[in-house]
Amino acid sequence: MSPPAQRASPFWISLAVVAGLYLCFLVAMLVATAGYTTPEKLFAALGKREIQYSIFLSLVTCTVTALLSLLLAVPVGYLLARARFPGKHVVEAALDIPIVLPPMVMGLCLLILFQTGFGRFIESASVTFTYTVYGVVLAQFTIGAAFAVRTMRHTFDHLSARPEDVAMTLGCTRAQAVWLVTLPAARRGMFAAASVAWARSLGEFGPILVFAGATRMKTEVLPTTVWLELSVGNLEAAVAVSLLMVLCAMAVLAAVKWVGEEV
Amino acid sequence: MIRFDQISWHAGAFRLDAVSFTVPAGSYGVLMGRTGCGKTTLLEILCGLRRPAGGRVFIGERDVTGLPPGERGIGYVPQDGAMFPTMTVREQIGFALAIRKRPGAEITARVKELAEHLGVAHLLDRLPQNLSGGERQRVALGRALAAKPSVLLLDEPLSALDEELRDDLAALLKRLQRELNLTALHITHSRREAEQLADVRLRMEAGRIETAPAG
Repeated sequence: MSPPAQRASPFWISLAVVAGLYLCFLVAMLVATAGYTTPEKLFAALGKREIQYSIFLSLVTCTVTALLSLLLAVPVGYLLARARFPGKHVVEAALDIPIVLPPMVMGLCLLILFQTGFGRFIESASVTFTYTVYGVVLAQFTIGAAFAVRTMRHTFDHLSARPEDVAMTLGCTRAQAVWLVTLPAARRGMFAAASVAWARSLGEFGPILVFAGATRMKTEVLPTTVWLELSVGNLEAAVAVSLLMVLCAMAVLAAVKWVGEEV
Repeated sequence: MIRFDQISWHAGAFRLDAVSFTVPAGSYGVLMGRTGCGKTTLLEILCGLRRPAGGRVFIGERDVTGLPPGERGIGYVPQDGAMFPTMTVREQIGFALAIRKRPGAEITARVKELAEHLGVAHLLDRLPQNLSGGERQRVALGRALAAKPSVLLLDEPLSALDEELRDDLAALLKRLQRELNLTALHITHSRREAEQLADVRLRMEAGRIETAPAG
């Protein structure tokens, strides 16, 4: 049951005015962008082969990144929430590096890493990342995973460890207790973590541009398209792709709210 | 029998030194003491959830100090029941047997038996969020007893309940402990509970245990 509404008082009214002004500003921005184009121009832009490819590549890479981010975020989030170890604060701060560093710098760091002996060894042992689709995923993952880790840590922080303890007294190992008791209870948090990583990856531009390039029909994702279309003065196409990204972001927001971030 | 032999444990400024006491086999031990004095820590050491810095823990004649929690033959009921959030009452009570890969028919029969005994047979398909405080504690008790432990450990199991329900559950606990010949260790702040339940009263004071027979 939701709490009863606050009684209108100058205090609450002034807070509502501040929130309302900000909301109006956001809505005005979106309405202005939507009004800048017509449905015909929108569909014409979305019909372009290059743009269709970038939509497809964005959807695929964001989904792969979201899944990879979750694979990393679940164990790391659990470790941070449950374990106590020396240097934990340092580890926590280090895991936030992708969140606080400028995205372009992250891209540059990735590019430089793969010019070193270590980076070249990884590429020779697996696949080429620099200026390829794999590089797009890696650039998205580097940043998206940090947000997913934060979300999962928050999720596990809010789940009591006591049921796990009980499960262990009933015959489980720690891993079984986590698998059978904690993870099912954390499923909403896992969905939220994957969604955050997905949405964050959809908007990622700087690191992809630096590390994977902006080659049409190869490493072009939606933010790259906006930039490429703007750079040649094709504002309609840039607006069309921007609106598509707004729709995707709103869909993710709605899904996360619907499933519920709270666990 | 439960026996603590010279158990010590420390975390920061908090320490327990050379704690020793015994709850005889088939007895109901009630442990009291101020909040934060280390009662729950002792229970967790007995469960195997915390490793003592020194000393030994015995259940029966068996030294269980190095054993994992699931091999100690204990049933544990924490304060809030600590229900498994996504499992039905049926799955919670059958959990210990399912983990041991017992046949489905055996699990079903044991769940039915315990649920009837504890008065939760009509709740088997409910999730924990749809249970009252008293129902949760009954389910937690059934879950703890499913694998037929020799020792039952209860950490303030009645503290969140209203008085009438408390008396009912206290009577149920005593009856079960007698019928199943369990050795019980029950933490509480309530003198009334101690009077209702205790065969052996234990009081924790300044990191030491004083034992007094009930009466």
